Amino acid sequence: MSENTNTNAPRAAVGRLKARKSKSIERRSFFSWLAVGWLGFAAATGGFFTVIIRFLFPNVLFEPPQTFKIGYPEEFSPNSVDIRFKKEFNAWIVRDDESIFALSTVCTHLGCTPNWLATDNKFKCPCHGSGFRMTGIHFEGPAPRPLERFKIGIANDGQILVDKTKSYKWEKGEWENKDSFLKV
Amino acid sequence: MDNKNNNKSLLEKMGESQVWKSIIRSGVPRTRRQRMHAILGSVFLHLHPARLPKHAVKVGYTWCMGGLSFFLFVNLTITGILLMFYYRPTVEYAFTDIIDLAEQVPLGIMRELHRWAAHSMVLIVWLHMVRVFMTGSYKPPREFNWGVGVILMTLTMLLSFTGYLLPWDQLAIWAVTVGSNMARATPFLGNEGPGAALLAIGDINLVHVGSDVRFALLGGRFVGEATLLRFYVLHCIAIPFVAMIFMAVHFWRIRKDGGISGPL
Repeated sequence: MSENTNTNAPRAAVGRLKARKSKSIERRSFFSWLAVGWLGFAAATGGFFTVIIRFLFPNVLFEPPQTFKIGYPEEFSPNSVDIRFKKEFNAWIVRDDESIFALSTVCTHLGCTPNWLATDNKFKCPCHGSGFRMTGIHFEGPAPRPLERFKIGIANDGQILVDKTKSYKWEKGEWENKDSFLKV
Repeated sequence: MDNKNNNKSLLEKMGESQVWKSIIRSGVPRTRRQRMHAILGSVFLHLHPARLPKHAVKVGYTWCMGGLSFFLFVNLTITGILLMFYYRPTVEYAFTDIIDLAEQVPLGIMRELHRWAAHSMVLIVWLHMVRVFMTGSYKPPREFNWGVGVILMTLTMLLSFTGYLLPWDQLAIWAVTVGSNMARATPFLGNEGPGAALLAIGDINLVHVGSDVRFALLGGRFVGEATLLRFYVLHCIAIPFVAMIFMAVHFWRIRKDGGISGPL
């Protein structure tokens, strides 16, 4: 044991000398480099996951457009429900005595698609039996609130333009909004 | 020398061969210590306890629910891989491929095996949770493994939910429509969830139908082609991959936490 320390002592001294001559890493700079390293690692990891999550949101959707033209107001007969735009755009175009409005086909109970029953004069959901009047007001079954209406207006060419990105809820008094119906 | 060799049993000769030793790493286990080494030397067996207490095989106590859950997972992996040879996850082909699997493909029972094993796995994972809860096996030192088990149960539910869409019939589409509508109500991340309205710059909502967590799950605003592909990838690759990692930890922790819990 003592022999070993004796033989190693000179070598260790030489080592220390060399270390002093070369640029040794100081304790302080070591910790700051360590911090830089960890920050870099954290930033890279954060960036990686941000990019991965962004990847899940497509830029182009192969879905029908959210805004679409449906024809001229005269084409819609009074007191009728037009079901032509249900399949592609998930909207009913309803015309009553004084206005035209676009109803969402999404049942306010759990999101199924009701059917317009012309003979019963109501929308009926096949999933759990919710019923809605022609106006979209619920009156039977488990649906807690009326169907939503979409933004509706007249485009430059005189056709009716429906914009599904904006919807109006009866329970919030939004059906009073002049964008939620078209006066005829 | 020859004579001595001839007296050895076939098993002993096999145990001394290079092939055996290279695979098993120890000779024919004779003593308890050697048997333990044989278990510990195998990446698969070492997840399992090297020695079982007598009560571990008492079916009245364990109900064998953990083992059955794993059996069904293996079963579902094999039948699932076979189904993937015929099933195409597109709106055009998905439904007819399921009919094809039942009526034209050899062993039409394959899809039914997958379906019934899936239903059984959901049931049995729940019963496994019930057993572990009723016997108090979630208590220290097994509380971590209970947590791992809760994650595995959630993954089982997600596997069941994503697999449900793949037949692409009316039941599948509307069940997933209803199910995924719940994601709308996620706090902050769902467009109808609490707090989502707070995430807005002036009049512009950051969290809306086209940017919330439901949109990321469905790959669109409604259950469509993108959703079918997403659920297919989640069902066949992503969730089973995560489940296998958690299962390895789950089995290994049983051993580390002192083996299977027993009657007090």
